[in-house]
Amino acid sequence: MNEVEVRLAVNGRERTARCEPRMTLADFLRGHLGLTGTHLGCEHGVCGACTVLLDGATARSCLMLAVQAQGHEVTTIEGLGTPENPHLLMRAFSEMHGLQCGFCTPGFILSAHEYLRENPRPDRLAMRKDLSGNICRCTGYVKIFEAVERAAELMEDPESVRS
Amino acid sequence: MKPAQFEYHAPTDVGEAVRLLSALGENARLLAGGQSLMPMLNLRLARPEAIVDINRIAALAYHRLEDETLVIGALCRQRDIERDQEVLARCAAIADAVPLIGHIGIRNRGTVVGSLAHADPAAEWPVLAVLLDATLEVESAAGRRSIAAKDFFKGLFATDLRAGELVVEARFPLPPEGAGSAFIEVARRHGDFALGAAAAVVELAADGSVAAARLALGGFDSVPVRATPDPAVVATEVHPVDDVHAPAAYRSKLAETLARRALELAEQRARKADR
Repeated sequence: MNEVEVRLAVNGRERTARCEPRMTLADFLRGHLGLTGTHLGCEHGVCGACTVLLDGATARSCLMLAVQAQGHEVTTIEGLGTPENPHLLMRAFSEMHGLQCGFCTPGFILSAHEYLRENPRPDRLAMRKDLSGNICRCTGYVKIFEAVERAAELMEDPESVRS
Repeated sequence: MKPAQFEYHAPTDVGEAVRLLSALGENARLLAGGQSLMPMLNLRLARPEAIVDINRIAALAYHRLEDETLVIGALCRQRDIERDQEVLARCAAIADAVPLIGHIGIRNRGTVVGSLAHADPAAEWPVLAVLLDATLEVESAAGRRSIAAKDFFKGLFATDLRAGELVVEARFPLPPEGAGSAFIEVARRHGDFALGAAAAVVELAADGSVAAARLALGGFDSVPVRATPDPAVVATEVHPVDDVHAPAAYRSKLAETLARRALELAEQRARKADR
């Protein structure tokens, strides 16, 4: 077993750990760094549950080796907000019932984060396409799209009341 | 751990990559964006002894317009093309096709050249390469060679590449001024692999008649193919097979329909001077 040292920034903190080169970034985040908010569904790039931000852009962490993240910046759901201090997207998902079992939610929130950064005024049709890389088996998606729209509202005015 | 064990190499320049590939021979697989190879590793459909990861070769992360040719380096991500309005304005078929490839998170990582080298017959870039008569620039310890797209795709996931070779660049001659182009596909869900795809370029003569037309089809044969740009004969030129997604008869009909729509859209765009 030839392990390599992987040094990367995760959620703004420098982290170092050793792993085999064949370890995926998703397993590394969960197993070595204890960041279990990154969920693993299909483990071959179909479901989007393991989505993280790599240098600010969404990537499936099951389709990357941990060693490839060496020197890069990774943001996981834990880096976006906490239960005490939730990100506006988290608040919106909670308020609008944008989740049921919650398994797909971390991936959805990170994809929605990228979507809203580029489209601060969401358009339902475009959003359906841009978020199509994340699969939810509970909600039927409508509540998720409503949550993303609500998050956009909150980003404009955090005090706004649900429209 | 999902993938089987492998030796991992991450060269930082093309020379080093080519030396490694030459030394490792058939046992090595190149890793670029990883959006096709990583699933195969995770499912252990691929169990290479060595991985040569080219993501550290910064010199390959480029794309540019050279006159009428779109030049794409081996580390150019799909999303880089999707964001380049100048490129999209020069070829509507590319602008149509790129958003159909997987999903944003896939396009952020996946590379254009990786998609060509993977040679999935239903994938978008191989169809565009065949439509636009692209060439692939290949390096190995033996030197450099160019391969025309029509000679590059040899079969299902099979190419003309030999062990030790690395595609460093793909060159796509864009449709000429005044031409129109289009790319259309049918997939069961947005972002899925297409059941079939058609792409066309139509050029008009000064009197408004069609001077030249090109048609490429993907997903109907083991490789993307050029077909006669006439919907009436397309069905006789493809060789679809039955599978779980659709019967061959449906696919033949689909080839005809997609060909007609792609040719019509390309012609409409030519008339509006929208390439």
